[in-house]
Amino acid sequence: MSYGPMHRKEDARFIRGRGNYTDDVRLPGMLYGAILRSPHAHARIVSVDTSAAEAHPKVRAVITGQTLAGLNLAWMPTLSQDTQAVLATDKVRFQGQEVAFVVAEDAYSARDALELIDVEYEPLDAVIDARNALDPGAPVIRDDLEGRTGNHIFDWEAGDRARTDALFEQAEVTVAQDMIYPRVHPAPLETCGALADFDKVTGKLTVWCPTQAPHAHRTLYAMVAGLPEHKIRVISPDIGGGFGGKVGIYPGYVCAIVGSIVTGKPVKWMEDRSENLMSTAFARDYHMRGEVAATRDGRIQAIRVKVLADHGAFNGTAQPTKFPAGFFHVFSGSYDIEAAHCEVTGVYTNKAPGGVAYACSFRVTEAVYLVERMVDVLAAELGLDPAELRMRNLLKPEQFPYTSPTGWEYDSGDYPKALRLAMDMAGYDKLRAEQADKRARGELMGIGVSFFTEAVGAGPRKHMDILGLGMADGAELRVHPTGKAVLRVSCQSQGQGHETTFAQIVGQELGIPADDVEVVHGDTDQTPFGLGTYGSRSTPVSGAAAALVSRKVRDRAKIVAAAMLEASPDDLEWADGKWSVVGDPSAGRSMAEIALAAHSNLELPDGVEGHLDAVTVYNPPNLTYPFGAYICVVDVDPGTGQVKVRRFVAVDDCGVRINPMIVEGQIHGGLADGVGMALMQVMAFDEDGNHLGASFMDYLLPTAMECPSWELGATVTPSPTHPIGAKGVGESATVGSPAAVVNAVVDALGPYGVRHADMPLTPANVWRVVNGDPFRTDLAIP
Amino acid sequence: MQVPATFEYERADSVTHALELLERYGPEARVVAGGHSLIPMMKLRLAQPEALIDINGLAAELGRIAVEGGELAIGALVRHAELLESATATDLFPIFRDAERVIADPIVRNRGTVGGSLCQGDPSEDLSAVFAALRATAVIQGPGGTRTVPVRLFHEGPYETAVGPGELLIQLRVPVAPGTGSAYEKVERRVGDWPVAAAGAVLRVEDGVIAQAGIGLTAVGAAHFCAPEAEEHLTGRPPGAEAFAEAGRIAAEHCAPSADQRGPADYKRHLAAELTRRALATAAGRI
Ligand SMILES: Cc1cc2nc3c(=O)[nH]c(=O)nc-3n(C[C@H](O)[C@H](O)[C@H](O)COP(=O)(O)OP(=O)(O)OC[C@H]3O[C@@H](n4cnc5c(N)ncnc54)[C@H](O)[C@@H]3O)c2cc1C
Repeated sequence: MSYGPMHRKEDARFIRGRGNYTDDVRLPGMLYGAILRSPHAHARIVSVDTSAAEAHPKVRAVITGQTLAGLNLAWMPTLSQDTQAVLATDKVRFQGQEVAFVVAEDAYSARDALELIDVEYEPLDAVIDARNALDPGAPVIRDDLEGRTGNHIFDWEAGDRARTDALFEQAEVTVAQDMIYPRVHPAPLETCGALADFDKVTGKLTVWCPTQAPHAHRTLYAMVAGLPEHKIRVISPDIGGGFGGKVGIYPGYVCAIVGSIVTGKPVKWMEDRSENLMSTAFARDYHMRGEVAATRDGRIQAIRVKVLADHGAFNGTAQPTKFPAGFFHVFSGSYDIEAAHCEVTGVYTNKAPGGVAYACSFRVTEAVYLVERMVDVLAAELGLDPAELRMRNLLKPEQFPYTSPTGWEYDSGDYPKALRLAMDMAGYDKLRAEQADKRARGELMGIGVSFFTEAVGAGPRKHMDILGLGMADGAELRVHPTGKAVLRVSCQSQGQGHETTFAQIVGQELGIPADDVEVVHGDTDQTPFGLGTYGSRSTPVSGAAAALVSRKVRDRAKIVAAAMLEASPDDLEWADGKWSVVGDPSAGRSMAEIALAAHSNLELPDGVEGHLDAVTVYNPPNLTYPFGAYICVVDVDPGTGQVKVRRFVAVDDCGVRINPMIVEGQIHGGLADGVGMALMQVMAFDEDGNHLGASFMDYLLPTAMECPSWELGATVTPSPTHPIGAKGVGESATVGSPAAVVNAVVDALGPYGVRHADMPLTPANVWRVVNGDPFRTDLAIP
Repeated sequence: MQVPATFEYERADSVTHALELLERYGPEARVVAGGHSLIPMMKLRLAQPEALIDINGLAAELGRIAVEGGELAIGALVRHAELLESATATDLFPIFRDAERVIADPIVRNRGTVGGSLCQGDPSEDLSAVFAALRATAVIQGPGGTRTVPVRLFHEGPYETAVGPGELLIQLRVPVAPGTGSAYEKVERRVGDWPVAAAGAVLRVEDGVIAQAGIGLTAVGAAHFCAPEAEEHLTGRPPGAEAFAEAGRIAAEHCAPSADQRGPADYKRHLAAELTRRALATAAGRI
């Protein structure tokens, strides 16, 4: 068996400081780039004077929007069929937007030279509050687009409006709640950057870049810049965290490439922390109104949702083409309801583009938060315990596969079992008794429950593509003569431990130790095509490809083994990691023996070539649907509004667990993210569009001090559509935990009649909520 | 990568040498101690000093904590971590332990200094409130010798202090008296964050009544980081919950908080009252 807890192969280099990140890569003669950014959220560019910067003795090139316009590269396509300025030509549309790029002999001089560029701006009114974006007189942000007279991007709906409305009309009880899932940022430890090296002699461009989707980047560079694709190599070395923020192509990458072409030297550009927070992919920014229709005894019948989605100045969200709101329409969640309907309106504002990042599974995060908050609002209305209300409405195991009212087909699950386990682990009834005692003494304690169903592992390619590239992923497996193997995959790890997990999958299928399998990833010259790692798709898609390519090799090995055993392949069986004649396991042949034979002069049957390798592409038949039950316990100081997360119980079902230790690590990280979002993280903007969270002094990441010792539990419901029954877990905890924390805090504030409070629940926000005067968390605190 | 603009660098090997260097480089030179306020500002290019005079080699002269002549003397170069670990300081004044435990994080505390904190003059600096509550005295040395300034006159405005160009803060002196209790209460959004608001309290009780009260407040716009009206209210009264609550109310009334992303003004004013009350109660319990 290769499954089971195993130390990550990656750890050896990471804990010794021997990782190799983009910024570690140094090439002879390398130059350094730096970006001049807009101080304004919305302004017309009157003039850009670069002469003083060009005169700096160490500056090799200054590139502006005008330079790029000459190359037809001033604008680039986004992942959502929009365009985005690489370097601004006409206007700047968010604070921090890219205006000019300096290439210099060292990083210090590049920064010095930025101060020598003189840009004259004519400031314009900015659209900051998404709720004002569609006002008749609102400034038009995208006047670059032909015929644009407003800031509306799209309207999109899912579900059955008529049935939903009908259920609402007849309902015994309805509740409604407005809520904001504020703009946050994944803030990976490693910022974005690129090192571009264009070789004029061979015409080959090599780009080192921490990208979650190296193959997609290569193809897009080829399409946009007109470079031949076989002359482009994208290398994504070790990545210091991605979380979806490293899926897209940023202007800085294009600038580094142009810089290298212009100077003939390798050009490295690395963002600093503020640049990362201000300009790269944000997450969420959904203004939602949820409504639930139910019976008096707590049967949820219908849910409807209206969303105003703030997409920033360019529509640059990364998601499958058909789904402008991502997978948000999975918002009916884990419940057996009759009908659901959602409407999403996307708008432009003077903020950075992006929108799908921070481990959100294409906006399942927003969906889960919405429904899990709404269930608690309903519980408060009905005077029912929130766990009990969930239990009454959860889908039953016999309902799977289950088609949801918005068209998803959930693969498998035993939801009540997971919730019961979480409640047992938490000692739910005892906690409620303790809470009652505390309330009697005027102390505030809260218990928050959330139940989530994730939807991960995109495709199928028929329904899901990004810019026309179908979401299917390749794998290649080669077994060397001595029985060691190398697996090449299209996805790219950002800390998920693929080099270990995928080696375990191959080891399991071939009957060899995981240590004997090398996993190669992140280099387009060395790996098969595929769309990469995000939306928790690595194990559901590439993990499946790894299993299937291993089975192809195993089938080949069977024929070789048959020749070795002088038997017919039909008489062989695979047992204990060996091919043997049925009934004679002692004479079985191991993969190492077969591999050597496959490379030897053993005579093989006609039509069978030598060697032991295979290639496959996995096109998932469906998504997989991990789920879980979370319970959070908080104490709130009524005098200061401070929230202490005392306990957090997380029961996750991600199907078969290949490496439970890695699974738990993923969950730990996601839970910390959830605490961060619920309690402290937000990127707010003042009315002029100044970014109020542009450093770690203002954009807070949770530390060990804010995190309790996580209490994890597991149930295992294999996915019936995945070759090894695995479902993916990378984003589950980030998706499921914010609602549990917020529900706990709102529960604690029950004595004040509080039913909802927007994230982040900072001490100030909690205090204001208690005093009946909450502020808008996405705007400057007045 | 955030990188500062160019600057000259000199390492001082004595206080006298540091003062000479300051004179030589003139008003555009800055002292660097722990660098945890100055260097980030330089990297963001909010500060562009022409020269840095590094005083980190002066621990022998400026890095001591000792009781001398009825006062606790704390050198300007004492690191936050050293103050936190000094039994001499924290046994006499537990307020130091309370405050230092919640200033920044261990990495910052290992380098950041007491002198740098006070000289930075940030309106949210924790130690400014602590020393104000303790009624400390600052010792400043310049080319013409040393002078002392009561810490309650040390801060002349946000980021402005009594230390002139060409001068160094060298020491803080805290009067030691029996019957004293002290405490510090801070609300932060997350560990290591600057305070949303914080209050320090020092109480000296004689014959069952408060002989002297010291209240320090930070991040709430309290003039000179203190609350004299509330202190006055307490003087001569027996310590007790009601008196402390009233002192908190008075302290809050006299501060002038402004809204920022840590919180709105009304909340900070509320905290000024609540934290003052709590700090006083804890301080009284420690006498
Ligand atoms: C992440 C982080 C979190 C923080 N959190 C907090 C917090 O919660 N609470 C808090 O109160 N502070 C906090 N701080 C600030 C920190 O405590 C102090 O600002 C810092 O330690 C200042 O001391 P320093 O020795 O580093 O000063 P430096 O940065 O070296 O200097 C600061 C200023 O003082 C001047 N200076 C320094 N020493 C002298 C001297 N002897 N004589 C004359 N001038 C001098 C310098 O020229 C400079 O202008 C935080 C800092 C960071 C980086």
